[in-house]
Amino acid sequence: MAAHEILAATNAVVTLDVALPGTVWPWLVTVNMWAKSIGTGVIFMLFLLIRKHPEQVGGNLRFSTTVVSIIFIHIFLLFTLADLHQPFRMWHIFFYPHLSSAITIGAWMATAFVGLLFLLAFLSFIKKDNAAFDKTLTWVTILAIPVTLYTAALMSQCTARELWQMPTESAQMIFAALLSGSATMILLGGKKLNYEAKNTLAVVLGLSAFMSFTLYMAEYIFGPMKAEEVAAVLEYIKGDGPYTVMFWLGQWITYLLPMLLIVLSRASKSENILKLAAILALAGLWLVKHVWLMIPQLLPMS
Amino acid sequence: MQLGFLVDLHLCMGCKGCEIACKVENEVPLSTWRLRVKYVDVGTFPETKRTFTPLRCNHCENAPCERICPVSALHYLDNGIVNIDKERCIGCAGCVMACPYGAIYIDPQTQTADKCTYCAHRIASSMMPACVVACPVQANIFGDLDDPTSNISKYIQVNQGNVQVRKPEKGTNPHHYYVGGGNVTLNPLASHRVDGHQLFNNITTLPVGGHH
Repeated sequence: MAAHEILAATNAVVTLDVALPGTVWPWLVTVNMWAKSIGTGVIFMLFLLIRKHPEQVGGNLRFSTTVVSIIFIHIFLLFTLADLHQPFRMWHIFFYPHLSSAITIGAWMATAFVGLLFLLAFLSFIKKDNAAFDKTLTWVTILAIPVTLYTAALMSQCTARELWQMPTESAQMIFAALLSGSATMILLGGKKLNYEAKNTLAVVLGLSAFMSFTLYMAEYIFGPMKAEEVAAVLEYIKGDGPYTVMFWLGQWITYLLPMLLIVLSRASKSENILKLAAILALAGLWLVKHVWLMIPQLLPMS
Repeated sequence: MQLGFLVDLHLCMGCKGCEIACKVENEVPLSTWRLRVKYVDVGTFPETKRTFTPLRCNHCENAPCERICPVSALHYLDNGIVNIDKERCIGCAGCVMACPYGAIYIDPQTQTADKCTYCAHRIASSMMPACVVACPVQANIFGDLDDPTSNISKYIQVNQGNVQVRKPEKGTNPHHYYVGGGNVTLNPLASHRVDGHQLFNNITTLPVGGHH
């Protein structure tokens, strides 16, 4: 249970209550967030590479990046559907939409995003028209921003979960997309990208890891000073809390080790070290997202 | 019309009659509750006291569940009740995550969200909610908050200064009030919840909707 101060004189103990609901949003939602980060992140990185290293981005990379994005966005959609208790009613979102809900807006945007991704695939694979692809990619990149952010809005609409605040969560979503997108592109780039292009991706990976880690540490240290509920939730990742190990494992694998490895790879110009950093960041991101999703759900609401 | 609820905790004796009446009236499935009474023991032996707090949907004026529902399954009625259309619900559980009062559950039979509706079906037939009828000490007071002559309005006026809502800091403006409540009864963080807090078994959590 969460630790909080209870005066001895008013020592209060729940002696009879019904069983409370367990985890409401399980690991399926973690996969949802993780896959969406990759699906939108690679689009951000492709846009960046085309602007910064146009000579390095051929038709092949345009197409393969689009395919990777399509695959991960569909993983995201599949797990979203799997998490619904009435998945066959998903169509209600389009026919009975409630526009104050981030879920509705997100579903619509994700649908448009998928449509545009298939258009990109068509332009790169069938028409082989790089100019049209790049023009369309600009709009896809713009749309990828709210598609990335809407989960933060959804989490913020969860009034019960004080830990999830829109300013921090939206920043974390963007950093997660940049981190996972750059990591995926480092792995996907292979021999198609030269060292300079990979170096650009490494800088994005390192900076997003740094920023994300800083935000988590800021919440870890300063969050409890603001709200009783946040303090209680963060107890689950402190001391011998149930998610302490997973939290720190996630921080090391996703942020600290990749940052260290990026510095090493730049010093030694080793692409293999860079690839290791990318793999760690991608694997660790799942842990980090999972911990942050789970801990507010452990707190009794009533 | 703005229907509201008030529970006088000075009167409640924790008989759970309201809980049972709600279960029967609304055919609430096993392992789920629209209304429950929580017991919290306060103090250190021999100076102890047991408190009883009936907990149900607060029918908030600014309901987070209504706002987050992607298909308007949760919606406001003209009389202020936050109602639910189970046929429309897609079971995303966003409302369960949004409700700061833990008042919404996933019905294991229909796999849709459900909660207290202040017995909207009974209200439509000019009857009182089942829990109000069942209460042997009239601790549940129900009525129109917009009508200054209603029992609930008078009760609030008489008890000015001693009327509380749960988690006012959430800005939900609940239409469910308590008289005689305190930090221990209304704030879940103010009491220990140790494993095995049930009298009859050690089950402290249940899977949402029966799976996941």
